[in-house]
Amino acid sequence: MEELTNLFHGFAVALQPFNIGVMLLGIVLGVLIGVLPGLGGANGVAILLPLTFSMSPTSAIIMLSCIYWGALFGGAITSILFNIPGEPWSVATTFDGHPMAQQGKAGEALTAAFTSSFVGALFAVIMITLVAPLVAAFALKFGPAEQFSVYFLAFCSFVGMSKEPPFKTIAAMFIGFALAAVGLDQVTGQLRLTFGSETLLTGFDFLIAVIGLFGIGEILLSIEEGLQFKGGKAGINAKVVWQTWKELPRYWMTSLRSCVIGCWMGISPAGATPASFMSYGIAKRISKRGFNFGKGEIEGVVAPETAAHAAGTAALLPMLSLGVPGSPTAAVLLGGLLIWGLQPGPLLFIEQKEFVWGLIASMYLGNIFGLLVVLTCVPLFAAILRIPFSIIAPVILVICAIGAYTVHNSTFDVVMMLVFGVLGYILKKCDYPLAPMVLAIVLGDKAEENFRQSLLASQGSLGIFWSNGLVGSIMALGLFALFWPLIQDGLARFRAARTVS
Amino acid sequence: MSNDLHDAARAGPSQRGAEAGVAIGTAVFALVIIGGSIKAGIGWGDEGPKAGFFPFYVGIAILIASAVNFFHGLAGPRGERFADWGQLRQVLSIVVPTAVYVAVMPWIGIYVSSALLIAFFMKRLGDYGWPLIGSIAVGMPLGTFMVFERWFLVPLPKGPVEYWLGF
Repeated sequence: MEELTNLFHGFAVALQPFNIGVMLLGIVLGVLIGVLPGLGGANGVAILLPLTFSMSPTSAIIMLSCIYWGALFGGAITSILFNIPGEPWSVATTFDGHPMAQQGKAGEALTAAFTSSFVGALFAVIMITLVAPLVAAFALKFGPAEQFSVYFLAFCSFVGMSKEPPFKTIAAMFIGFALAAVGLDQVTGQLRLTFGSETLLTGFDFLIAVIGLFGIGEILLSIEEGLQFKGGKAGINAKVVWQTWKELPRYWMTSLRSCVIGCWMGISPAGATPASFMSYGIAKRISKRGFNFGKGEIEGVVAPETAAHAAGTAALLPMLSLGVPGSPTAAVLLGGLLIWGLQPGPLLFIEQKEFVWGLIASMYLGNIFGLLVVLTCVPLFAAILRIPFSIIAPVILVICAIGAYTVHNSTFDVVMMLVFGVLGYILKKCDYPLAPMVLAIVLGDKAEENFRQSLLASQGSLGIFWSNGLVGSIMALGLFALFWPLIQDGLARFRAARTVS
Repeated sequence: MSNDLHDAARAGPSQRGAEAGVAIGTAVFALVIIGGSIKAGIGWGDEGPKAGFFPFYVGIAILIASAVNFFHGLAGPRGERFADWGQLRQVLSIVVPTAVYVAVMPWIGIYVSSALLIAFFMKRLGDYGWPLIGSIAVGMPLGTFMVFERWFLVPLPKGPVEYWLGF
């Protein structure tokens, strides 16, 4: 029960007054970020990252992860009240959440959404508490080849599982790798791909890319759609909350299923968005009231919200234990670890106990605080959404610019932010996924380093990636994930052929 | 006649063209990466693979994916629009002022340029009264100043106005 002792130490760290303060600040900022268009979990954390440079790493990660929880909660508010998903993973919440609001049951829908989010997160945190140390202990034995195979698996799952065309995912991902390669070569110390430009010496910072791609790109998409907020009243009071809570246990099966889906999709880097859709789809198929889904069924709010929050939380498991983030926001947090001088991966659990367990304890507390904050402050956050876009848009642009500048105190980065923003807009319009690109920029150097070290050990033979059972099976799993759409297709055809004959 | 006008407003670049264009763009990017990698050396050196080894194959992968995406894009459904001109004008109405904002930032500092950007947007897109514009355009940078320079001690770019005020 060493984990339990560690967890209690973690609570002692997280319950320090300063850490509670940053936790609350993080939650409130996070909900704001989740509510405002153009500011999402990933770029919100990226923008606020420089503000944490002066804090201790533990306080910093508590604040940033709480921003993440807040953003997960906040996405539901806009979906239900305004039919505008503040975050991609709350799209599925609009299907039943907004009809409920239109029927005057906004309070019930919001309570159900927040409570389900909380349940999903709690499930995932308990899973992290139990599983992460084991995975980390196991991963300690990993050499460069095994480490590379884990990256390989992560990136293959992206190609196989994303709903975008596979070659677009591949293009986006490898552009990320190429951008990561610019500048100083980590292994030989040689400069490459700088084309004589001094500003390219340090390479492309993923924080700039995140702020541009997700922040500016999102604003451009919103303005194109002619954004206008027309929403229902956000009436939520203790009575409604209590009544909804009495009703919710009826959907325990949906909840549990969504928790499992969420955790699975969160650990594999598919992420919260497909998890919420998948969970919604399955609930619709299985539920007795499935025919009524889309017309304001509370179960249709429970399923996607539980899965999205479980996935968002579970995405931190591979980040902490393997150094492979499961979502763009987790990737930004991982980048934060590197900036604070911590080496993400299994060694964290040995060398930075206070940090890891403080973070895990803060996940429990942060989600409890988050639930309280959103339940009590919904009208306030909804009021922010009524501020016209012509005021919000320039303010968000300015916030993004400040965030981009503070990363390296360079105005060139602000220019790059705008370039990434326009690129993000065009790529998004053409169905290129942005998440794998960001992940590749963050992990590019590490993946390359492990790849080259493996090849060095094997004198250039790719056979090293099949040299033992462990690395071989991870690589095989990766290939399986990569060709999953083809395998699925083949199976479907096989079945169809059988039923015909 | 009114129908024509309506069509003209709905007109815009086709999705197929845009897809093909993006694929060409990624292909050019791939060629630049491949070229740069060859210059850095893609072979086997004293310490194993040379610096250009990894990015070279990354470039090849982008090139192959671009080719597939190019032909896929061209084979896409006819008549689908990337966006209509009106929408693109909206987007440009954000991009152009932001580009100016970014360009003047090193000269006049982030505070003054931010105030100008906010004021411009509020006048142009919302047509608010000057008192409201003034309060937000000045208030937001002022708040930023307090948070960054005073509480978190993170210096932001300043221009002549700030120096004149003695910062």
